[in-house]
Amino acid sequence: MKRNTFYFVMAAIAVLGMFLSACGAAATATQAPAPTSMPATMAPTSMPATMAPTSMPATMAATQPPTAIPTAATMTGRTYVLVPKNLGNPYFDAANSGAQLAAAELGVKVLYQGPTTADATAQITLLDSLIAQKVNGLAISADDADALVPTGKAAIAAGIPVVTWDSNIATGGTQLFVNQADTQGIGDSQVQMALDITGPSGGEIAILSATAQAPNQNAWIAVMKTDLAMSQYSALKLDGIVYGNDDDTTSYNQALSLFKTYPNLKVIVAPTSVGIAAAARAVKDQNLSGKVFVTGLGTPNALRDYVKSGIIPEFALWNVPNLGYLTVYALDAIATGKIKGNPGDTFVAGKLGSYTIASDGTILLGKPFVFNKGNIDTLNF
Amino acid sequence: MKESISPSTAVPQPANLISERPPRRSFLGRFQHWEWMLVALVLLAVVVNTRLTPYFLNGQNLSRTSVDFMEMGLMMLPMVFIIITGNIDLSVASNLGMCASLMAVLWNLHINIWVAAGAGLVAGTLGGALNGFLIARVKLPALVATLGTYAFFRGIAYVLLGDQAGRGYPPAFTYLGQGMLPHTLIPFSVFLFAVLAVVFGLVLHRTTFGRYLFAIGNNENACIYAGIPVARIKMTLYVVSGFMSALAGLVLAARFGSTRPDIGTGLELSVITAAVLGGVDILGGTGTMIGAVLSLVLIGLITFGMGLKNIQDQVQTIAIGGLLILSILLASIARTISAGGVRINWRTVGLAAVLILIFAVFFFFFYWSRAPVLKAVFG
Repeated sequence: MKRNTFYFVMAAIAVLGMFLSACGAAATATQAPAPTSMPATMAPTSMPATMAPTSMPATMAATQPPTAIPTAATMTGRTYVLVPKNLGNPYFDAANSGAQLAAAELGVKVLYQGPTTADATAQITLLDSLIAQKVNGLAISADDADALVPTGKAAIAAGIPVVTWDSNIATGGTQLFVNQADTQGIGDSQVQMALDITGPSGGEIAILSATAQAPNQNAWIAVMKTDLAMSQYSALKLDGIVYGNDDDTTSYNQALSLFKTYPNLKVIVAPTSVGIAAAARAVKDQNLSGKVFVTGLGTPNALRDYVKSGIIPEFALWNVPNLGYLTVYALDAIATGKIKGNPGDTFVAGKLGSYTIASDGTILLGKPFVFNKGNIDTLNF
Repeated sequence: MKESISPSTAVPQPANLISERPPRRSFLGRFQHWEWMLVALVLLAVVVNTRLTPYFLNGQNLSRTSVDFMEMGLMMLPMVFIIITGNIDLSVASNLGMCASLMAVLWNLHINIWVAAGAGLVAGTLGGALNGFLIARVKLPALVATLGTYAFFRGIAYVLLGDQAGRGYPPAFTYLGQGMLPHTLIPFSVFLFAVLAVVFGLVLHRTTFGRYLFAIGNNENACIYAGIPVARIKMTLYVVSGFMSALAGLVLAARFGSTRPDIGTGLELSVITAAVLGGVDILGGTGTMIGAVLSLVLIGLITFGMGLKNIQDQVQTIAIGGLLILSILLASIARTISAGGVRINWRTVGLAAVLILIFAVFFFFFYWSRAPVLKAVFG
């Protein structure tokens, strides 16, 4: 029996050795790109002289590890982490592309780290390891506004600036929220696009929404109704509102019934990414292209073909890469002490210009971005 | 604990019931090969992490990150019992969600938080009793029964809370998940887990009840004929599992300081992974509590270490999965060795080595290729 144990231990050691060698190789491999990428990010030192080590925030000094192991926080000047709701989501990847652009302009490093699934538990575990590293700033799209409050507070208490984007953390868990769009702007854009499509002569429109209880959609529809009552939109006549429950089949069938019920229908406005795609497909399948048009909110990759074939002449969404870009500039402004994150603070976000923090602790990216045949190929998400 | 129960009275005809292996009497005797392997892996993880990042050996960091694994640990304790009897409980995380949601609903109705928490514990226990009823009385296979309640409990959580959230719990309650023992860096939830792990370990390895669990896992029919109250034991296990899921739900809600109906989604697989990696045979009959606890520590250390090195979450998942396959392979090799007497089945060993090599190459390649790919995409 002793020999059994011996053989087992031998086999175990062999296996362990392989595993270890893989680990070792992996470790060197992850570090390998660092030296090559370091000069690249360091070279365009557009950093102002005020970023000299002396004026670095106190937390930076504390993070200097006793050993000479190069780590995320020490390899370049500052390391921020952009945390999406989940990885492998084209929407967040697009935001990251904008964030990397801002990082290059600022001469900082922005890591893109998120949980595999949009799950608060996994996101908190990830954030804990980022806080432990004392990174120089966190930009979080929260998986759960409430559950992340203790983690956000812990980060701020550890001297790490926290900015939220896309999805906010409730009170106390963040210093600033970069808001991608406001209710008024979205509602206005929907009506304006409908009028753009019908032309000054106007026509009948219908709204295909998500669920009847969806808070976002209902807020936008309320704005749209107010707008439609104004004189500049008097040419538009709202036939009715139907609900596709954000389900593809239901939305498709609702679009079909709209065609039947309102033969003079000119535009379907669908302020939901599921609804707009389903309505466009219904128009295409019924050969109503040229007679009925679709507009609303959606993402370019899902709607590219419909935009090119003219079924969706234009639709809106915020400019997602710019959202990432602005987020990094806002985080950098707080991390370098240019602003405190208080209402009224003003900072310049590169190509996007100057932003002022509103009284509710948010900054607004801007008006919704309108996609059309001319610009849709420049955006990929 | 006193050695009050001798094996011969605990299990009638132990030779027939508990496989061919001679009965182990001492606590250290239970500390088998795999547990030592886990100790080695834990030490290895500590050494590698310490070498790779200066942020690892830091009391505050370790204290913070350990809390992230305690709900998993609390649910793992009864799961070890259940898996040892050759059953499974897939509904633990859903039960957790149901209990936390019930508590949140009551709290939102301005009911005292401790009353609400108590209601959550009762609900979890009842949920466990439902599992136990389906499995022990109706004789449904555990996999199917708990797959059903897995959906059922989560459904109730959504019905209870809908798109609402429970929030604003008082500090006395959030202490469960966020607090530290006075004047130490030991989080309360870690303390709670440690105490319960000792209790569960003693029950498993030092009581008649614990022996029955191994016996049931090895040969359930023989146990029934031997007069062991198998149905009642199973019922007890699932009730305990339900209670512990509810407790984990309270700890998680306290850690989040809030509750949404999707709380803890997917944790059941992590719980089962931790138990199996700890050397608990998924087919039942073998396993130790210390192995399961060690594997939880190992998973925690590896996850935290990779997080500190900013290794993507997907790769972390692959690493944990690889480790699990490795553990099962090693267990299988060990079984082959003991089945074949002194001789090793070289073919199996070779096959395992090739598989591991493929895994290692894949892992290496994935890492090595990752940076350039990322650069090409976002550069």
